[in-house]
Amino acid sequence: MDIAPYLLLATLEGLVQASVLMLTALGLSLVFGVMRVVNVAHGEFFMVGALIAWACGVYIPGPPAVGFVIGLVVAPLFVGGLAWFADWAVLKRINYNPEGTIVSTIGMLYIIQQFALLTFGPDARAVDAPFYYTIRTPWFGYSSYKLFIIVIALALVAGLWFMLRRSKVGLLMRATQFDKETAQNFGIPVDKVYSAVFAIGAMLAAIGGVLVVPNQQAHYLMGTDPLLLSFVVVIVGGLGSIPGTIAAAVLIGLSDGLLSVFFSPTLAKIVSTLLVAIVLVFKPQGLFSGKGARA
Amino acid sequence: MSMMSVKGFDAFYGRSQALRNFSIELKSGEVLCLLGRNGAGKTTALKTIMGTVRPAAGTLMLDGKDLTGVPAKDIPRAGIGYVPQGRRLFTELTVWENLEIGLWTRNTDVSALDHALELFPVLKERMTQRSGTLSGGEQTMLAMARAMCINPSVIMLDEPTEGLMPSAIAGIRDAVIRLRDEGVAVLLVEQRVDAVLSIANRVAFMDHGEIKAEFDIEEVRANPELLHHYVGVGR
Ligand SMILES: Nc1ncnc2c1ncn2[C@@H]1O[C@H](COP(=O)(O)OP(=O)(O)OP(=O)(O)O)[C@@H](O)[C@H]1O
Ligand SMILES: [Mg+2]
Repeated sequence: MDIAPYLLLATLEGLVQASVLMLTALGLSLVFGVMRVVNVAHGEFFMVGALIAWACGVYIPGPPAVGFVIGLVVAPLFVGGLAWFADWAVLKRINYNPEGTIVSTIGMLYIIQQFALLTFGPDARAVDAPFYYTIRTPWFGYSSYKLFIIVIALALVAGLWFMLRRSKVGLLMRATQFDKETAQNFGIPVDKVYSAVFAIGAMLAAIGGVLVVPNQQAHYLMGTDPLLLSFVVVIVGGLGSIPGTIAAAVLIGLSDGLLSVFFSPTLAKIVSTLLVAIVLVFKPQGLFSGKGARA
Repeated sequence: MSMMSVKGFDAFYGRSQALRNFSIELKSGEVLCLLGRNGAGKTTALKTIMGTVRPAAGTLMLDGKDLTGVPAKDIPRAGIGYVPQGRRLFTELTVWENLEIGLWTRNTDVSALDHALELFPVLKERMTQRSGTLSGGEQTMLAMARAMCINPSVIMLDEPTEGLMPSAIAGIRDAVIRLRDEGVAVLLVEQRVDAVLSIANRVAFMDHGEIKAEFDIEEVRANPELLHHYVGVGR
């Protein structure tokens, strides 16, 4: 029997997974890069995004596409607001102290999780895909929605890149990332930059959550996997490096897809964990980051 | 006629006091030179004016406006330009992006940039280069140009000639003279006494976080032993 169709299928699945992972990991990486904050609650922003997408899908009448689009707008706005509040209420007050932010984002993780449990209950919630068109290949049919995920993710990454590299706001963010004190010496409101970065990071995770619910059920504990995988990606790609994060997401997503299809998902997890260990030992600045190559 | 006045600054790093009753007055069109041994507190004084070190006591006025205790980001917006020790460029950003940030600070129009580039024309050919790859002299010019882009009424320079060749030093000095003659108030921290004597109007000596004495430049020229007495250098 021919192996090519399996390879194609596994590659597609890997790319879909890589796309969502890329969004989530970029959020984590941006927050760490600019603010030096390790956001342990990042996966919960993903989970809240997914649950909001579910709620929009179920409670908004009309075809599934309407609920999906509304979810795609409402979820990042709500989660961005939540992150803005968390930054104001907690992170600012502990002055972004590195150990303090780890402990307090662990606290946020449990608070958000319990709120989600109280609001949505413990059940896994499924949502219809916004459209069902199936793309036919000679060997198998493939959901066009999954390809749509890839397109949306690429568009968002391009938008993020444009914002960071070509806009004034992005320039101020990069200056703040590079040297906070000198940024202040040139009038940059570092605290506002931090709030915005934390919110944008959370919004990226929320969009990842929205995109994932039609494939994977929403559930109050679903934030753990994306958090761990994002950490893997961010460490392999180089902390705070955006091109590195993108490359690592594709690498991890693809290897995960291929290994899961041909062997087992467990082996895929073992391999990515090993990769992290190897990178940490031999190239702690990340596989894809040259010296000081930060975005 | 602009004027910056610092009165009675105290500042601490943890429990050790780095500034004691630090006071200076600076008028437009003059160069006040701050001299002192390593660790005397010169950089701390400038950082406290810039608001990134918070004073425990004291007041800061600029043109009659009270800037005491305002957020650090509002100090440059009020018109105080800063060339930090070691330049502190955004070395990952291009030359143009560094200047763009200076222009952004007070939303100044490009005439401020044109003026800076007229003083440092080499920068024109380097706009798209990563600023970390500039030579030492060019980096200092960029740091000055970046501060000039905010169209400052006061400019503070912390050892701008540190580690530069004589030819580069001359360029920086000419730029300082030019700024002074255009009515900018200049606060210059400098180790090179010869450079000081040729451009300063007044000299303040600092030790242990305190201004010990202040002289007009004529007095210092007439009594070079003052330099020896306060900073341990002779001529
Ligand atoms: N961030 C800091 N934390 C603790 N102590 C500091 C800090 N920065 C400076 N100091 C101390 O404060 C004192 C004054 O330092 P400062 O940098 O202001 O001196 P300076 O006059 O600029 O010296 P130099 O000529 O070497 O630049 C020194 O004793 C220094 O060790
Ligand atoms: Mg100093």
